[in-house]
Amino acid sequence: MLLIEDDQAVRNALGFALRRQGHQVSAAATGEEGLVLVREAVPDIVVLDLMLPGVDGFEVCRRVRAMGDVPVVMLTARGDDFDVVGGLEAGADDYVVKPVEPRVLDARLRAVLRRSEREGTRSTSVFGDLVIDRAALTVHKAGVPVGLTPTELRLLLELSRSPGQVLTREQLLKSVWEHDYLGDSRLVDACVQRLRLKVEDVPSTPVFVRTVRGFGYRFGPL
Amino acid sequence: MRLGLRARLLVAFTLVSVSTGAAVGAASYLRERDMVLSAAQDTMVERFRADLEREVPLDHSPTHAELVELAWRYRAVAVFANDHASGNGISFADVPKELRDQVRERRRTLVQRVEVNGQPYALVGAPLDGDVRGSTGVELYRRQHLGAQQDAIAALPRSAALLVLLSLLPAAVLALLAARGVLRPVRALRSGARRVADGHLDTRLPAGGSDELADLVRTFNAMTAELEGTVAELRRVDERSRRFVADVSHELRTPLTAMTAVTEALDDEALTGDAATAAGMVSTETRKLGALVEDLIEISRFDAGVAGLRPEPVELGALVVATLAARGWTDVVRVDLPSVGPSELDRRRVDVVLANLVGNALRHGAEPVTVVLRSSPDEVVVEVTDSGPGLADEVSPHVFERFYKADAARLRSEGSGLGLAIAWENVRLHGGSLEAGNAPGGGARFTVRLPRRRS
Repeated sequence: MLLIEDDQAVRNALGFALRRQGHQVSAAATGEEGLVLVREAVPDIVVLDLMLPGVDGFEVCRRVRAMGDVPVVMLTARGDDFDVVGGLEAGADDYVVKPVEPRVLDARLRAVLRRSEREGTRSTSVFGDLVIDRAALTVHKAGVPVGLTPTELRLLLELSRSPGQVLTREQLLKSVWEHDYLGDSRLVDACVQRLRLKVEDVPSTPVFVRTVRGFGYRFGPL
Repeated sequence: MRLGLRARLLVAFTLVSVSTGAAVGAASYLRERDMVLSAAQDTMVERFRADLEREVPLDHSPTHAELVELAWRYRAVAVFANDHASGNGISFADVPKELRDQVRERRRTLVQRVEVNGQPYALVGAPLDGDVRGSTGVELYRRQHLGAQQDAIAALPRSAALLVLLSLLPAAVLALLAARGVLRPVRALRSGARRVADGHLDTRLPAGGSDELADLVRTFNAMTAELEGTVAELRRVDERSRRFVADVSHELRTPLTAMTAVTEALDDEALTGDAATAAGMVSTETRKLGALVEDLIEISRFDAGVAGLRPEPVELGALVVATLAARGWTDVVRVDLPSVGPSELDRRRVDVVLANLVGNALRHGAEPVTVVLRSSPDEVVVEVTDSGPGLADEVSPHVFERFYKADAARLRSEGSGLGLAIAWENVRLHGGSLEAGNAPGGGARFTVRLPRRRS
């Protein structure tokens, strides 16, 4: 995994703690340096501090997103809603608030990584021009492969598992993000927005991932 | 009853006008009456004298028959010594004895007003002069009714009253004009003072003229200017110190993040002896410091007014359960959580409120701690009650103050000292209320009221 954090003490300490949890950690002090490492070493996951000199965390996140489907977990200050919203819009998969207990960060990272694990079921679902292969973990839209991050993919799988049924944000937080009731429902909303951009014909009038006001989201009906 | 300035001026002007009118009326009434009466009497006396002078028919002591003739000729009472006779329209009894005595003594024509059966009369008495002895010794008394004069006099008060009434109208108009002149600046001052009280310290009033009211307005303006300056200076000082706290807290956060990341390693290492004790203390205190810094940052966010609310439909009972579960309190807290339906709440902030209240109850009160949920159509209510001794009367007004310690002997408690202040701010941000009191059976009780919907 790659840790991008400008403060040397925090970088060293978090690196130390994550290595103790069994991760292979490479570290970068600036956004530019981090982006080079993402391109060359292709980490499984990026832990990204939002407050960076030069290219800031939001921009780094956007560029990582543009490069591929490497998951990003942001480090934010507690209560900085502006940071959280901006980071989620930039495409972050999850966030933790500083100062973070290493075992909490580790649990979040592992939850994100688990989303890339293949499911045992061998089945392919077809919804109109959307084809979801649950075994290969691939999604095709009108025959063209759709590049989804592990979180987006897992969200689509959860929703499409029971088409027509409403899933609350809390349920999705639990099943996709492995968060408890106190989790942040904006994670779901931001991820739904990104998912719609990739799978819907007209993202503003979705047919696959529909909003049920006051309750949550529903897949279809088509 | 207290009257307004306008009413008081009106009453004063009316009183002045009425009393002036009454005084003038009374004075002119007396004068007029005298004039009317004396004019009538003068006429009467002159006519009587003229009658008497026309002919003096007597040069000896009159007989009774002559007295009668005199009485009839002059339409009077004729008196001579102890004899008397009455003419037309008057009898001897009508003539008061004093008048007779006066006329006899002073030998002059005299007039006296009398009232008979409620009617005013004038009596004129005169000695009848003769050519030989100068006086005949006969006195004649004539009476005249003063009805017409009486009517004229009776009309006087009525016209005076009319005069007073007519003067009332201009008096009232003048009173209202005067009241308006005084009231306009007074009213401007009142609304100005109210604006200042509402916090508009830049309020200034136009001060025209040089009277006392204009002076007052100028003083008012000087006062608000002074106040505005002082408040602005206080705000600057306050702002600087709050800014300082926020900056310090943010600066502390970065090293704390590093420390928090590594202290877990201290807990996990199998240390022994002093090293284990030291590591345990470092680990514990680092967590406390971290919590304190986070609370400081949180409260400075409230102070700076940048704390935002992120409401979403929340089932409060489920949130209570989640809050307790997340902190491992499920077994030590009793709950009564009927379903109250969704409310528009900020999940994270209400979690902070509940955690601070329950944490406070567990630290300072005694178990069991109970959390009870109630609801009405407009609000949801959470009561957190402990089983300790409750809050002393002098403590409860202060529990939401920052770093307030009920027990001065205990210099440091487990919490940051900001928990209840943060809870209070969070509830206030929701538009709700947080109260501290005691349960009927003893034990401190904190009551949170949250509106169901954002207004």
